[in-house]
Amino acid sequence: MATNIVLAILATSFATYISRFFGVITSKKIKENSKFFKWFNCLAYSTLSALLARLVIFPAGALAEVDYSVRFIVVFICLMIFLISKKNFVYPTVLSALLLAFLSSNF
Amino acid sequence: MVNTKYFLKGFISIKGANSPAIALAASFIAIGALFKNIGLNIQESIFSTFLTYALPGSLIMAESLIVGASLLNIFLAVWLVNARLYPMTVSLFPLLTHKSQPRLKYYLACHFIAVSAWLIMKENYKSVERKYRLDFWIGVGVANLSVAVSATAFGFFIADYLNKDMMIGLAIVNPVYFTCVMVSAMKTIQMSLAVILGSIFGILFYFVSPEWCILFGGFTAGTLAFFIGELKWQLT
Repeated sequence: MATNIVLAILATSFATYISRFFGVITSKKIKENSKFFKWFNCLAYSTLSALLARLVIFPAGALAEVDYSVRFIVVFICLMIFLISKKNFVYPTVLSALLLAFLSSNF
Repeated sequence: MVNTKYFLKGFISIKGANSPAIALAASFIAIGALFKNIGLNIQESIFSTFLTYALPGSLIMAESLIVGASLLNIFLAVWLVNARLYPMTVSLFPLLTHKSQPRLKYYLACHFIAVSAWLIMKENYKSVERKYRLDFWIGVGVANLSVAVSATAFGFFIADYLNKDMMIGLAIVNPVYFTCVMVSAMKTIQMSLAVILGSIFGILFYFVSPEWCILFGGFTAGTLAFFIGELKWQLT
């Protein structure tokens, strides 16, 4: 088991590093004001957004134990607080943990 | 090697008002606790965060260890979920290049690419002299990685005191922080489309393939957003 864990960690790290590595190689040929750069900027934000949607709607781990409507309500309320508080990141993030822990223990 | 002044400037930028430190710490505390619960020791937990430093990948590794997936399976699943780091690197590193910086430094510095550090750099790169941007970036990266590693260790040690509801609470912090960040990035039509279409296509492609949905969804949405944005630019 012990060797398995170490090998799994190495496989995970390697699988993660290759995307960063090839990113650096591609970056060599790209100018910051080119269309290609702009396209990759869109790709970066849209893949992050796709990942985020998956994390909230089809989560893995602890979050999967809460009903999706509860997750959705928490994200929505926190987003509203973020917008009302003139884009303060501290309030919504701290509140999200408290709110979800409270909702999942009571409902 | 590394310019200390700019390194420190980057390092302390984690203290800023929209710093990812809270979200980063909360999610890595949860990861540390999860690692302990599935049987990793403290060295392995720290080693894992230090070497991988990308949350969804670590989560997949943990889940795969629980179900006893093969190494090849772990490798592919992690690669697919973390492939987003490729466009993130390509949309950041051209801003950091300078001929005075040695090539090897870029290959080491790319390890710090993760959404938290990436966002700080995207917001601040203009205020840093081009020659020293890579040093500033390394400072930002080291600060974020330190938070992640310390939080993993902290989570590991307090695992026994965290109940299920607290773990669930910690797990939502990162998605909420992410959502806020994405919303504040929607400054142009192109960016807004990239974010909105990204979440829609990410979900749609999930029904086709849960493994490939981030990559396919992100690629389709990003490309569409780019072309629609360019089209509008030409019309006006």
